[in-house]
Amino acid sequence: MIQSPAELQNLRDRYAKGMAQQKAGILVCAGTGCVASGSLEVHAALEHALKEQGLHTSVQLLLEEESTGGVTAVKSGCHGFCEMGPLVRIDPEGVLYTKVKPVDAADIVAALDNGEPVERLLYRHPATQQVFVKESDIPFYKHQTRVALANCGHIDPNDIGAYIAKDGYQGAANALSMPPQDVVDNVLEANLRGRGGGGFPAGRKWSIAASVDADQKYIICNGDEGDPGAFMDRSVMEGDPHRIIEGMLIAGYAIGASQGYIYVRAEYPLAVERLRQALSDAEAWGLLGDNILGTGFSFALHVKEGAGAFVCGEESALIASIEGERGMPRPKPPFPAVAGLWNKPTIINNVETLANVPDILRRGVDWFKNSGTPSSPGTKTFALTGEVANTGLIEVPMGLTVRDVVYTIGGGIRKQMAFKAVQIGGPSGGCLTEEHLDLPLDYDSLQQVGAMIGSGGLVVMNEETCIVEVARFFMEFTQNESCGKCVLCREGTRRMKEILQRIVDGQGAESDLGLLEEVGESVQAGSLCGLGKTAPNPVLTTLQYFEEEYLAHVRDKRCPAGVCPGLKTFAIAAEDCVGCSKCARVCPVDAISGKVKEPFVIDREACIKCGACVDACKFGAVVEVA
Amino acid sequence: MNTMIIDGRRISFEQEANVLQVIRGAGIDLPTFCYHSELSVYGACRMCIVDVAGRGIQAACHTPAEDGLEIKTNTAKLRRIRKMALELLLANHDRDCTTCDRSGSCKLQDLAQRFGVRDIRFGQRDVKAPIDASSAALVRDPNKCILCGDCVRICREVQGIGVLDFSHRGSKMTVSPAFNKELHDVECVNCGQCAAVCPTGALTVKNEIARAWQAIHDESITVVVQIAPAVRVSLGESFGLESGKSVMGQLSTALKQMGVDKVFDTSFAADLTVMEESSEFLQRFQSGTDLPQFTSCCPAWVKFVEQYHPDILGNLSSCRSPQQMFGSLAKRYYAQELGIPAEKLFVMSIMPCTAKKFEAGREEFQTEGRPDVDVVITTQELGRMIEETGIDFAHLEPTSLDMPFGFATGAGVIFGVTGGVSEAVLRFAHETVTGQELEHVVFQEVRGYEGVKKASFDMAGTTVRIAVVHGLAHAAELLKAVKAGKEAFDFIEVMACPGGCVGGAGQPISAQMTASNQNRGSGLYKEDQLLQMHKAQQNPMVNSFYQKWIEEPGSEAAHLSLHTRYGSRKRIQGEAYELSQQPEASVDVQVCVGTSCYLKGSVELLKNLKYQVGKDEIDEQVKLRAAFCCQQCAEGPMVLVDDTVMNRVGADRLPEVMHEIKDKIAKQRQMLRR
Amino acid sequence: MASVDLQNEQSGIEFVEQSVQKWGRSPSALIPILQDIQQQYRYLPEQLLTHAATALELPPASVYGVATFYAQFSLDPKGKYLIKVCDGTACHVRKSMPVYEAIRKRVRLVDGKSTTEDMQYTVETVSCLGACGLAPVVTINDKVYGQMTPDAITAIIDMLEQQEGEV
Repeated sequence: MIQSPAELQNLRDRYAKGMAQQKAGILVCAGTGCVASGSLEVHAALEHALKEQGLHTSVQLLLEEESTGGVTAVKSGCHGFCEMGPLVRIDPEGVLYTKVKPVDAADIVAALDNGEPVERLLYRHPATQQVFVKESDIPFYKHQTRVALANCGHIDPNDIGAYIAKDGYQGAANALSMPPQDVVDNVLEANLRGRGGGGFPAGRKWSIAASVDADQKYIICNGDEGDPGAFMDRSVMEGDPHRIIEGMLIAGYAIGASQGYIYVRAEYPLAVERLRQALSDAEAWGLLGDNILGTGFSFALHVKEGAGAFVCGEESALIASIEGERGMPRPKPPFPAVAGLWNKPTIINNVETLANVPDILRRGVDWFKNSGTPSSPGTKTFALTGEVANTGLIEVPMGLTVRDVVYTIGGGIRKQMAFKAVQIGGPSGGCLTEEHLDLPLDYDSLQQVGAMIGSGGLVVMNEETCIVEVARFFMEFTQNESCGKCVLCREGTRRMKEILQRIVDGQGAESDLGLLEEVGESVQAGSLCGLGKTAPNPVLTTLQYFEEEYLAHVRDKRCPAGVCPGLKTFAIAAEDCVGCSKCARVCPVDAISGKVKEPFVIDREACIKCGACVDACKFGAVVEVA
Repeated sequence: MNTMIIDGRRISFEQEANVLQVIRGAGIDLPTFCYHSELSVYGACRMCIVDVAGRGIQAACHTPAEDGLEIKTNTAKLRRIRKMALELLLANHDRDCTTCDRSGSCKLQDLAQRFGVRDIRFGQRDVKAPIDASSAALVRDPNKCILCGDCVRICREVQGIGVLDFSHRGSKMTVSPAFNKELHDVECVNCGQCAAVCPTGALTVKNEIARAWQAIHDESITVVVQIAPAVRVSLGESFGLESGKSVMGQLSTALKQMGVDKVFDTSFAADLTVMEESSEFLQRFQSGTDLPQFTSCCPAWVKFVEQYHPDILGNLSSCRSPQQMFGSLAKRYYAQELGIPAEKLFVMSIMPCTAKKFEAGREEFQTEGRPDVDVVITTQELGRMIEETGIDFAHLEPTSLDMPFGFATGAGVIFGVTGGVSEAVLRFAHETVTGQELEHVVFQEVRGYEGVKKASFDMAGTTVRIAVVHGLAHAAELLKAVKAGKEAFDFIEVMACPGGCVGGAGQPISAQMTASNQNRGSGLYKEDQLLQMHKAQQNPMVNSFYQKWIEEPGSEAAHLSLHTRYGSRKRIQGEAYELSQQPEASVDVQVCVGTSCYLKGSVELLKNLKYQVGKDEIDEQVKLRAAFCCQQCAEGPMVLVDDTVMNRVGADRLPEVMHEIKDKIAKQRQMLRR
Repeated sequence: MASVDLQNEQSGIEFVEQSVQKWGRSPSALIPILQDIQQQYRYLPEQLLTHAATALELPPASVYGVATFYAQFSLDPKGKYLIKVCDGTACHVRKSMPVYEAIRKRVRLVDGKSTTEDMQYTVETVSCLGACGLAPVVTINDKVYGQMTPDAITAIIDMLEQQEGEV
């Protein structure tokens, strides 16, 4: 039980010293991704190897006075470099091993003694072939500034001691020592913008809730990260749950809430488990519950699981879900800050927003504003996925360009293909094209080009991606997830999806493009909630930047990327063709011509794609092409 | 003084709840589907969107009215969005207007016309959902539903039931009863308010016009019509006349022209009801038993009590409703007076109410195996029948009703408005208790449209406390307070529909529901004023009827023909839950886990029974099931062992149940040996 | 179907009651209670939903409405092996659909059905499991398989069936 800020500091010092006295800390990434690649087996093998070599090991971080100079081998949260998993890092040097297998355990442990890292497990840059020993030197990490993700991969998320050793709960201690209004002012001044997508200044929301008089207020953490391609919040919840608790504690104190909920989507069972464990530990240590740190402030947190609805990421739908109802958004006004959960003032903040709060209260407003841009200060996490060399989780200062992220950190496009576009912000976002590569990634710059940062999911696409199919895919997703309440979203997205399906099936007409825009405009302007309002974004932005590709589909009945099944084209591979003329004879529209014993040719304009020639050819010479 | 600028005009406002109301008050009819002043704000139809300066496009129904707002209601963009919303709705709608019951009064049709939607570029509705015509009162057509949610909210908020709710999500979303069962199989009390608020033909009143015509055309049948009080002040609306104006005289003429044999007044039977019910009340009041007494003329209320409050079934008045009293006396006595066999007498009632269709079909209301009321025609349906004939209703000459059942006092007429039954009963009770002639017949305290009215009346030193509620949610609330001992009354009048029967779902569809109801109510009070007599006990026809057939109120004959009894009713039809699959089982044991029995601990009983059956190793012979309501609610917990009913089975009676089961098993074995 | 051990096995009704005790008797307990039932029985039987409505004093139509709104809930029984193919953006871009088709073909699912006749397999798509770095992702009874291909997933199913045969 920690009963005062002084005690907390003392505890931190003792843990920090204990950590320094360790011979080494081994951190095995146990994020969902690495676990799927077998990192748990790697961890078990390491534990075994350590025992074999007679090294003292412990499950948790030890206090200075308990430390034996041994080794901790823990499972940490997501390191972020998913493409290279399973990942293992050795502290304090910060050596990073990639694609580790259980058989490598013995060598890793041996290396602890002899100081020579295991070379074959180090990261090798695919282009330059340069080998990197330290994690911090690897380009993927070098250009990152990890704040929300600071502890992910650096601590065992189940160990509250480890969190405290890294200055955990210091921000809360600071906050609790000042009047609540000052905490609000701090966050306001820091200009922390909501990291969930909207970019609305958190401090302003807090101000509103703080100013309302009520017998009960609530803080809710929105962990319903539903954007396909986004897993930042999951990583924070799994890898550093105490950070969220600390953030909510500070927020609760600021607005005068004594109760809070962490709403986690159903598809994240590990996050739920970690959060529940962290809550229980925090309660046991007196960091939650009554009279926290002896300040008289009481705060209780509960975990609520979602049940599989993307729309519950919308504030009022989330509230409906907690109340036990269908997750259908409610009309605003009234806004949740005034009348939210059970009609009480409620603040809903995204996981990442809350993850930034402790550091603002610990390191100060000036420190926070020192990175990023004036209108979008601080850092932002991005989930880099798709056709990029280094997929994974990154955190960079706001204002870095798309080029920086995709090429410098992401390592460029896979398989040496050409860059086509980057989808940013998930199904609510837009497409950025080559002309935007030097656009800074911040809230306002993106809004100006009709896109939005959203949650920070970045899906990189190459020339093999059909942008129309991508638009259709997003529309299908939104359609599936639409709650159905308001006409425009429910029926509008349905019809937009229908039209797009027609187009990729090769049945589209040029007039369909105008119709898409028309429906899209109404859905954007008139829908009840954010899901509806942003649902047409992928379609409208791709229509704007890739009009030619759409036209190819509807006018020329051709898919330039060679993806859409309804628009495939056939050609004869000259090297395989023996010139038997069978295909020409079965072609119903006489589109194939040639001389016997010489390669035949298909006239693409005449071809009706019936596939009869494919079936007829015994030599497999008729193939599908882009 | 608060003002806002709407389309450039400065408009002042005071207490309006939202911008929509201010805009409508300023003379602009902003369209809506899902907005109702009596219901919570839903905000889904997006038709009432406006452009608020500095804030963008918002729905007016949930934008609070603030001083200084600048609003545009009709920009090019707003028009485009509204039109698109309509086009999208129509694309998924069964557009066969010509054969739709609501053609001509459908809001979707109206707005589509108003906004000039001439082209639907999205094809047809792809799903063909089955039409639910299982209910006696209503028809549900999901293919016409625009998912505005009005029916969901009125059933949940005003009636406190919630028969209908949204299910599934997105474009698969639909409005349906639980588990997509038919209305007949769930808790619906047939009040029909869902149909009254439905903007399209998704929920309509069951149309029985064909049966009515068939009877009228059949020369061998004598068709006798009774007209409910509320009908006379609303039928005119179907013909362009103002609501509240009595058209009883024209109605009589029209019906005769159509071929009806006799035209009578339900208000006569209402006077009869006053006699029976007031006598019943005074008797209970004197002996202090079965109080408070609740009225029972509203069939939706009766079904509500049967389903949700079986413990007060004994408090309901045992009187039949005026409709059913009339039917009963017509078949039992009037047929004799006419000298025709009862099966040749056809009773058609014209009602403002959809639940009356259900009531007429109740088993208890039959004489010699035939229903006392043969068909119930709502005001809406009658309007159509008259239209069919081509009769120019508005210009008809009035004629009087037939005797003897065409004669009514004002007491019977005011039954149609909330507070009317109470006032009628007061007019009788007062005279009886005080022994003095009542001169001031108006009891203002029970008049008015608040959801709950409470009043006490002094009658020669005795105080009678009366409560009047309309809307079943209000009734449930009041009931809760009464059961908890927080409130006490002697007599409680409950009507399910807003404003009483004048607001029934069978009434003509009105654009201004609340205003129309109030006009109709006022119309009834005016009729009362114009009549010669205001007290049921003064009705000479009623008195001679008593003399001839029934003797006096509360007599044996009265009980046989004018009273009834009630029973528990299960809320939802469904399979029992099988606790074990025993194909060889010889005994079927059901434990009721419906709400009433559940609250009395039947789940614990089930658990113990299950354990004991297992322990005594008779599980192979026993099929153990948990059933959802066996309609023994007042006598629960209930266990059914094959067909033996065991009531009030507390935990201590488990051995008895086991004994009964083993007994049955033994008997089965014996049977098999033979 | 084998007879149930009445003495020792808890009935669905008792299970619901227990869940109500745990989460409370208020409307906000509905979703956690449904989640408990879904987890225990792998679907939501109608009678247990009716019972939940009784216990929480909610209209059955509302309980049905909540049960059909959330993707986690199923009103139909699921197969022994619940196979989920992630079709989130990253997985989609890395060709999750051919993997999905391969699974359906392998377990012989036709006609748009998602559960096999013998109730062995239920195959569904889900939108984003958050393991995007390993796209395309498939889970079988919550065990995660990353970087799947049609051949790889077919091999995994083969192995599962082999293990089944051995039991």
